[in-house]
Amino acid sequence: MAEVPNIAPVLPEIFLALAGMTLLMLGVFQKTTTADGVVQASRLTTGLGVLTLFLTVLLVFTVSGDKRIAFDGLFVSDPFATFVKVLILIASGLSLVLAQNWLERQNAHRFEFSILMIFAVLGMMMMVSAGNLLSLYMGLELQSLALYVLAAFHRDDIRSTEAGLKYFVLGALASGFLLYGSSLIYGFSGTTDFATIATTIGAQDSTPMGLIVGLVFVMAGLSFKVSAVPFHMWTPDVYEGAPTPVTAFFSVAPKVAALALFIRVMVGPFGDLVTEWQQVVVVISVLSMLLGSFAAIAQMNVKRMMAYSSIGHVGYALIGLAVGNEGGVMAVLVYLSIYVFMNIGTFACILGMRRSDRHVENISELAGLAKTHPGMAAALAVFMFSMAGIPPLAGFFGKFYIFLAAVDAQLYTLAIIGVLASVVSAYYYLRVIKVMYFDEPGVEPLEMPLPRSITAVLAFTTLVIVLFILVLAPVTNWATAAAASLF
Amino acid sequence: MFGFEHLLSVLIFLPLAGAGFILVIPGDDEIAMRNARRTALFASSFTFLISLFLWFGFDPGTADFQFVERTEWIPNYNISYALGVDGISVLFVLLTTLLTPLCVLASWTSIKTRVKEFMVAFLILETMMVGMFAALDIVVFYIFFEAVLIPMFLIIGVWGGKRRVYASYKLFLYTLTGSVLMLVAILVMYLQAGTTDIPTLMATRFDPSLQIWLWLAFFASFAVKIPMWPVHTWLPDAHVEAPTAGSVILAGVLLKFGGYGFLRFSLPMFPDASVYFTPLIFGLSIVAVVYTSLVALVQLDMKKLIAYSSIAHMGFVTAGTFSMTVEGIEGAIFQMLSHGVVASALFLCVGVIYDRMHTREISAYGGLVHKMPSYAMVFMLFMMASVGLPGTGGFVGEFLVLVGLFKANTWVAGFILLGVILSAAYMLYMYRRVVFGPLEKDAVKKMLDMNSREILVFAPLVVLTLWMGIYPTSFLDFMHVSVNNLLSQIQLALDASNAALVAGQ
Repeated sequence: MAEVPNIAPVLPEIFLALAGMTLLMLGVFQKTTTADGVVQASRLTTGLGVLTLFLTVLLVFTVSGDKRIAFDGLFVSDPFATFVKVLILIASGLSLVLAQNWLERQNAHRFEFSILMIFAVLGMMMMVSAGNLLSLYMGLELQSLALYVLAAFHRDDIRSTEAGLKYFVLGALASGFLLYGSSLIYGFSGTTDFATIATTIGAQDSTPMGLIVGLVFVMAGLSFKVSAVPFHMWTPDVYEGAPTPVTAFFSVAPKVAALALFIRVMVGPFGDLVTEWQQVVVVISVLSMLLGSFAAIAQMNVKRMMAYSSIGHVGYALIGLAVGNEGGVMAVLVYLSIYVFMNIGTFACILGMRRSDRHVENISELAGLAKTHPGMAAALAVFMFSMAGIPPLAGFFGKFYIFLAAVDAQLYTLAIIGVLASVVSAYYYLRVIKVMYFDEPGVEPLEMPLPRSITAVLAFTTLVIVLFILVLAPVTNWATAAAASLF
Repeated sequence: MFGFEHLLSVLIFLPLAGAGFILVIPGDDEIAMRNARRTALFASSFTFLISLFLWFGFDPGTADFQFVERTEWIPNYNISYALGVDGISVLFVLLTTLLTPLCVLASWTSIKTRVKEFMVAFLILETMMVGMFAALDIVVFYIFFEAVLIPMFLIIGVWGGKRRVYASYKLFLYTLTGSVLMLVAILVMYLQAGTTDIPTLMATRFDPSLQIWLWLAFFASFAVKIPMWPVHTWLPDAHVEAPTAGSVILAGVLLKFGGYGFLRFSLPMFPDASVYFTPLIFGLSIVAVVYTSLVALVQLDMKKLIAYSSIAHMGFVTAGTFSMTVEGIEGAIFQMLSHGVVASALFLCVGVIYDRMHTREISAYGGLVHKMPSYAMVFMLFMMASVGLPGTGGFVGEFLVLVGLFKANTWVAGFILLGVILSAAYMLYMYRRVVFGPLEKDAVKKMLDMNSREILVFAPLVVLTLWMGIYPTSFLDFMHVSVNNLLSQIQLALDASNAALVAGQ
């Protein structure tokens, strides 16, 4: 009798996949001949989509616990994966809440939006649980294909379609790098399984050159996915062109997933080669921090500014990876959790920037916001100060753990470059605050009141950022436990 | 003790509660503004009254930290929310709680727009400042130290003068650059000592070669904050552009962060490095005192003149601190306290006539004594105190610093002494042009003397200035034991490292 595979650890993913397909069916059989029907269909799938993501969070918690393996090592469920999955699901849920209102107002609502998002999330969850180069690639591609479509979702808008095409072409190139690297690794180690690769490398006296080359290709592909310099070129264009709620989603969930995957691949199968890849990660990290800080100064478009800002944040997170120990991974996890809330909150504000029934994206449009929309201005100011890393806001603690890990690993130069880059980045974050608080309002204020969904997300994320100081201990403990499961 | 276990926490979070209360005041009209002002005044005055328990409950006979409270915060990392005061910090807490209600009063009518936000920012600022002086955990200290930037940036940028944007950016980025380097040093210390507890860190002996780097990183932060030449350029800009209350709190409390930092961290934690760098500090202090005094002489703007005089006075503080004598250090603390009172009062004096004429140009005034006799009197008192006339608070600090410096290094004392003469020159020169002379300008002829609210603001400062000058013992008693203890700890540490050096040879 054939053995039944142990599918218990994969339950959340199976549920998400089934729910996605069910929603697709539901959407298809809705009446979409009338304009009203289209709105109804998209509201239905979005509402159920949020519910699905929420249920998946619960399922993720039920299967969490010890390290569990399914499908002969292709799939790994451990506390690290649980932590990251919860983060991804929260980020996606909040983005989906923000998206519906925007889609309806732009007349771009289609029920497929939430379904595409669910499949992208499914891909991300596969990525963070990957235990094999093949399942890694499968998850990554499932995610990427859904994201390409999402980037071009506003199909009547030339910028959106351009963003989708750019993302697709460059993303395909990155996947090519990754596959080529994977095949080299397979060729020189004889396996695609992470655990076996690790033992193979550990057993060898000297690492074959081909394996190192393969590793570098894999790293290039992953750097592309996390948009680290020098593979960041697509980010500003895609962020600017893609529909704003999609950009909000891009800037959090896929980034968290890709960074988690990056960590898993580096410290898992290639943990013994830390001296080989550490220098590469250090260089990528320094370049990302510097470029993110300096290039954002010149940006007028708030979405482009956020693109460079996210490049900078990836640079900080990569410091934690460069450290390559438990402390470093824990610091990255804390950093990412804070980053998700700051970014979602900021994008909620950007989605609230409407004037005369169209969306505006220039930073100068925020002039005098503190007078016309005091609450929104205060929230955005909190996010900006937090991103600049000013205590007592959450962003400071993200940086605090990152630099603590770097100093602990005696990467003093990296830490000092990091803190100085954060001063440079403070300059452009302050500019947003300056425009809101110090400048006079323009002729016509931004539209008010904000849609209810945006207000709710804003209030929630602001509270998280301001009060994070109170929950520091439990978050730290959880992240420490999650990081420990990788080593 | 009276059993005030949470006195310091109450002092820290009471203003914050007041700020929260102001935030929920509905509306934007005149009534809401009045309520915001009153709430702020009530919250800050109440905080001051409670802080008087510190004055009466503090035991000056011990160098230990008092009113200590400690709550686990991040147990994994051994970081806790710890507060406490000793003879060095207790008076700074009181200075902060005293100045905040006065600032609220001083901005009663001069702040006309966004009153609610202003009062919220000010109360949050008070929370951060008290927390900074009371923190007994270096991470908690850092959080309060840097968080001050947020309200200060907004106060200068929103309610400031013409070049407010430039000034607020400069303040923010200068101080942030200094503090992030200090953050790296704090992390290094934490990893070395395994704790962030300040009393434990004081007793920890860091390797002398490591001390040099740590000292420099802390210096980067404190030198900007004090400020020392050549990183002082943010201060004149910030002072000139800030609203009166902002200038008062900047001169009165924020500048003391640096001096306090030297006493709390640099001296006790890095004694070897402090001795090593003493010539550097002396050199920079002399330049600060002489150069900024000369710059002050040629200023056309009153606030700028007082800002430069502040830098010169802070030169006394750094020189006195690093003389490492009892007189020098007590003089430095006393100078910081008296400068906190006197410079604040001087900025308030400028604020009084600025509210009437909306200019700070010295040349726009003249002959004020004819129209505003009581103002001229008050202004003269604080001007003399700033010069260091015996009988005022300014004298005691300068005198003690000079005594300490003569013990440490006669040449340095001689140069610093020049500052006393120069300060008399620039202050008297300004006073003559503003207050004396013929009453010629039409605008000045229309000016009215101080109203009762303004007199109420100045009254406590006048009393304090004279009290500090006539009977300084009541303040010096607070710090005596703590300063002696600090010096003996430093001496012990230096002896130990000398012994290690001898043994190594």
